[in-house]
Amino acid sequence: MKTIDLVTTAVRNTFRSKLRTTLTVLALFIGAFTLTLTTAVGAGVTDYVEKQVASLGTDDVFIVTRAAPTTTEGPATYDPATSSASSGTGAPGLPGAGQSDPLTDADLSTLAQINGILSVDPVQAVAIDFIQHEGGQEYEFSINPTSSITRADLLAGKQLSEAASTLEVMIPADYVESLGFASPEDAVGATVQLGLTDVLGAQHQISAVVAGVAQESLLSSGGGANPALVAEAADLQSAGVDAGPVRYPLAVAYFDSSQSEDSIQALNDVITDAGYGAQTIMDQLGVIRTVIDGIVGVLNAFAIVALIAAAFGIVNTLLMSVQERTREIGLMKAMGMRSRRVFFLFSFEAAFIGFLGSATGAPTAVVIGTALNAALSAGPLEALPGLEILLFEPSAIIGIIALIMVIAFISGTLPASRAARKNPIDSLRYE
Amino acid sequence: MTASPIIDVRNISKAYGSGTGRFEALRDVSLQIGQGESVAIVGKSGSGKSTLMHIIALLDTPDAGTVSFAGQDALSLSPRRISELRNKEFGFVFQQFFLTPGTSVLDNVTLPLKIAGMPAGMRKERGLTVLDQFELADKASNKATDLSGGQKQRVVISRALVNEPNVIFADEPTGNLDTATGTVVEDSLFALSRDLGITLVIVTHDEDLAARCDRQIIIRDGAIAAETSRTGAAA
Repeated sequence: MKTIDLVTTAVRNTFRSKLRTTLTVLALFIGAFTLTLTTAVGAGVTDYVEKQVASLGTDDVFIVTRAAPTTTEGPATYDPATSSASSGTGAPGLPGAGQSDPLTDADLSTLAQINGILSVDPVQAVAIDFIQHEGGQEYEFSINPTSSITRADLLAGKQLSEAASTLEVMIPADYVESLGFASPEDAVGATVQLGLTDVLGAQHQISAVVAGVAQESLLSSGGGANPALVAEAADLQSAGVDAGPVRYPLAVAYFDSSQSEDSIQALNDVITDAGYGAQTIMDQLGVIRTVIDGIVGVLNAFAIVALIAAAFGIVNTLLMSVQERTREIGLMKAMGMRSRRVFFLFSFEAAFIGFLGSATGAPTAVVIGTALNAALSAGPLEALPGLEILLFEPSAIIGIIALIMVIAFISGTLPASRAARKNPIDSLRYE
Repeated sequence: MTASPIIDVRNISKAYGSGTGRFEALRDVSLQIGQGESVAIVGKSGSGKSTLMHIIALLDTPDAGTVSFAGQDALSLSPRRISELRNKEFGFVFQQFFLTPGTSVLDNVTLPLKIAGMPAGMRKERGLTVLDQFELADKASNKATDLSGGQKQRVVISRALVNEPNVIFADEPTGNLDTATGTVVEDSLFALSRDLGITLVIVTHDEDLAARCDRQIIIRDGAIAAETSRTGAAA
């Protein structure tokens, strides 16, 4: 029998016992539905966290501070040679860095000499008093010091340009309406005024172009400024007064992100030995990720349990089919059908049942999930803008359908081999 | 009888079970059937006639003895070759019609061609030609199970014939039919044998049917008890 005939016959056989097939398909439907939703939750949350990671910094940087930072892996041990008492003053609170002693230019050159560090950029902190658009209401505004190395989760516009000499600013979404813009798109390209006070108490204003509007982020706050704007602001703020050696609250050290996790860890150890604290974005998010992965893993486990139950349903359904079609199997074998073909006839039937269950379950989950998403985003999850709790990825859905078909095929092998082993004579005598 | 028989069975024995439950279904049976001949294997139930037919139809293997088909030793063939042989050379008619429920008459008739791997278009053409011979062409798309007994048996004969076999094995072909319908079925079987030169092996306990065959082999307790020929028929 040709394979195409084998498949079409298997498909047709599936519909011969409609009620039984429907019930088995229903069991798989539930499994596919659940698995689609749980993987979507996993993908949605992971995607959200990744956007947050991007808003904190890129994956090829260490955020370096003078002292060992508070890590997520327990408190740092005290070492008189490298540890210093935290001053609790100085730089404003920055994401990714505890309050710590500032870095100096000497520190930067030490860091730059470490093998494996490609370059080191200091992060300057600037204190902005307010933001204003066309003489409107002034609003408090803070600039995230690491914004020049971050990729914002954009609502409109583009990322800040590191190279441009234009003064660019990235505003958070909730400033759009307050500043008098109709929409995020409307704000892009507009010129806003930033007000700041220099060390001598004089007021200054800088005009900057809005490069983009960023989604509010769970892990970092404030607006962003490109290096040109930061430099300009820092310059104005110092008011030409030499306040001693330049101090930076933290620096970003670039490394080759293509290397293995182990060598990144080794590099981290070198930096730590030199008396600095270094953390990658992944370190900072390690705990959050572990928790999310754990929750998603448990949810997926429930879906898999549902699928295993459904697999037994397939075995049962097909065993009954084999029993019912004993004479038909005998006839086909008498007419020269090979055992292997009989085996595939029933296995394909099982795989098709799997296809029916998953090809209906997964899209249903997408439809219901999308509606649920809209309801959740507008309701309970409103406080987390940009979070799409259920993210349906086509590749994941295709993967789930394939997985369920494989599970079904495997479940079908027991009844199928039973059918294949049938002796034609005994089958034909079977009443 | 022609020079070389198409089916040549020599000294075959077959037993089922073991120990005290051992049952000898066939004891040292030899039988030659010529091309185009019609042979009735007659006997009571349990006489071993079905076992004999299963062995010569290559559905079963004997414990001892040789089975040749068209001059080649069938017992030494691979299972694949045996399956092919049954598919290409044999047609089967069973007492219970063994029609696949819920599928069309045409699909039932073309099943051997589907197993043989013939493309769908050719299968349909061939199937309709055969159904037409049995005046069933208008029923081609009906469900097989919706037909009357006589129609069903004609469908079964169409199926046995669709692969243009050399030999048709019929196990109690009229057992489930009333006399009138049974006669129609018998007529068509013998017409095939006569017109197309198809060898006919019929297992039956119906003496009237057996009498219409060229030769009757009477099986009793696993051995050939008697063999009669219709006068002048086997020449």
